[in-house]
Amino acid sequence: MTLLAFDWLLMIEKLILIAIIVFASLGIALYTTFAERKVAALLQDRPGPERAGPFGLFQPFADGLKLITKEEIIPGSANKGLFILGPGLAMTAALMTCSVIPWSSHVELFDRKIDLQIADINIGILYIFGVVSLGVYGMMIGGWASNNKFSLMAALRGASQAISYELAMGLSLIAVLMLSGSLSLKTIVDQQMAAGNLWNIAYQPLGFLIFFICALAECNRTPFDLPEAENELNFGYHQEYSSMKLGFYLFSEYINMIMSSAVMACLFFGGYDIPFLDESKLAVNTAAIIGVLALLTKIVIFIFVFMWIRWTVPRFRYDQLMNVGWKKLIPLALFNMLLTGAIILWQQG
Amino acid sequence: MQALTNRRKEVSRKPMTFIESLYIPAILKGMGITFRHIFTKNPTIRYPEQKRPFSPVFRGLHVLNRDEAGRERCTACGLCAVACPAEAITMEAAERVPGEESKYREEKYAAKYEINMLRCIFCGLCEDACPKDAIYLSETVTPANYTRKGFIYGKEDLLIPNRNVELEEYAEAIGESRRKY
Repeated sequence: MTLLAFDWLLMIEKLILIAIIVFASLGIALYTTFAERKVAALLQDRPGPERAGPFGLFQPFADGLKLITKEEIIPGSANKGLFILGPGLAMTAALMTCSVIPWSSHVELFDRKIDLQIADINIGILYIFGVVSLGVYGMMIGGWASNNKFSLMAALRGASQAISYELAMGLSLIAVLMLSGSLSLKTIVDQQMAAGNLWNIAYQPLGFLIFFICALAECNRTPFDLPEAENELNFGYHQEYSSMKLGFYLFSEYINMIMSSAVMACLFFGGYDIPFLDESKLAVNTAAIIGVLALLTKIVIFIFVFMWIRWTVPRFRYDQLMNVGWKKLIPLALFNMLLTGAIILWQQG
Repeated sequence: MQALTNRRKEVSRKPMTFIESLYIPAILKGMGITFRHIFTKNPTIRYPEQKRPFSPVFRGLHVLNRDEAGRERCTACGLCAVACPAEAITMEAAERVPGEESKYREEKYAAKYEINMLRCIFCGLCEDACPKDAIYLSETVTPANYTRKGFIYGKEDLLIPNRNVELEEYAEAIGESRRKY
């Protein structure tokens, strides 16, 4: 009987939440590919895709259909099992990050208080770091299993880049954690929402800058898109992939982008907080919906900045990449950490 | 050595400062430039709907002209074929019989008139050579075709619609900028 005493409603509630969030992030990722092309066009004085449907809004579906209906090729010399595992792993890792992000406060439905967060675990940020590091395996395995030297080179680059930048990212984060004293994303957001507290960006501008640069590198976005440097490596680690496996890789990149935007919004920009608005005065459900919209707006702005950077700067050279990572960002992050620690100590007297 | 222009700029070889080596100021400057481009007008011409007008001197597909009464002007003198450097024009002459005065302007006319558009170099020398103002180069380009035979344009392809009978076709063939003919 003890097994049956399990809170089935909680289970159902969480499953629905997971389904919504997974499908929403897939949908947003779909339209991020469209936005990418439109933003590129906008910055380059072109109209961009505009033929499929009104304003080209059906373009992502056309692209998706194309990817699905393409012939699927597994190279004869590839390691079949790993070749299939690669894109799956990349996608899984990308989607798993969304489980600890607080999308909003909570709603009250059917006399139940439903948190709009899949799991409020007390090591939220640590979990995200763990999963993001797992994402590198998707790239590594894909590049290695293809049995192609360009893919392998790209995978090596990707892995070394991710490892280098994760360090600086972690260090810049420590300063934030010193302020919040918690690893739970929900607690960090709640602290920023509390009356009298500013968003973390006000206390940690340098930390944010470092975190942002590292997030670009982690998502393999320009100027850190060395793993898919077309002109040097043909196409990068997913060169041998076709059909929806390629689609998975491309998609996971966009989902990563959305998730890192969400994490940045939560850590530095108050998550689902709206500036100059006291959410506690509103009805619970209204506040929750406004909160979701606020977080989505922040995510969209971040994604736009990601794209804006992509269509502005060229790719870094490999030595420049390593120089920036190890010789510039890590010392800066350490300095930021020391400074934050010193100020906290001084305030405590 | 004397400089050719006054735009010469000395390349700075001094090592980057710490801030410069983070590339951030340079990247921000670049982002400013790209941001300005959001507000610039884009020069795209959406092709099948919008077409860029050709210049008035553009030499495109040939047209066999008619006179005001709608009679064919060509007398099959062969001067265009002689002038043609690519030897793209062939024709056969025929004599007008009584009763055909409304169809052909003069006693002799071209029974067959063919231009091979794959040979033609669109130089316009046929237009210059014609003493009867019968052949013109229009403002359209040759459309694609599936066979080589399809590129040999006969009289039915070249002849301009009769302005007194096929009014709409004529207006379309004349186009906007060639009203003067």
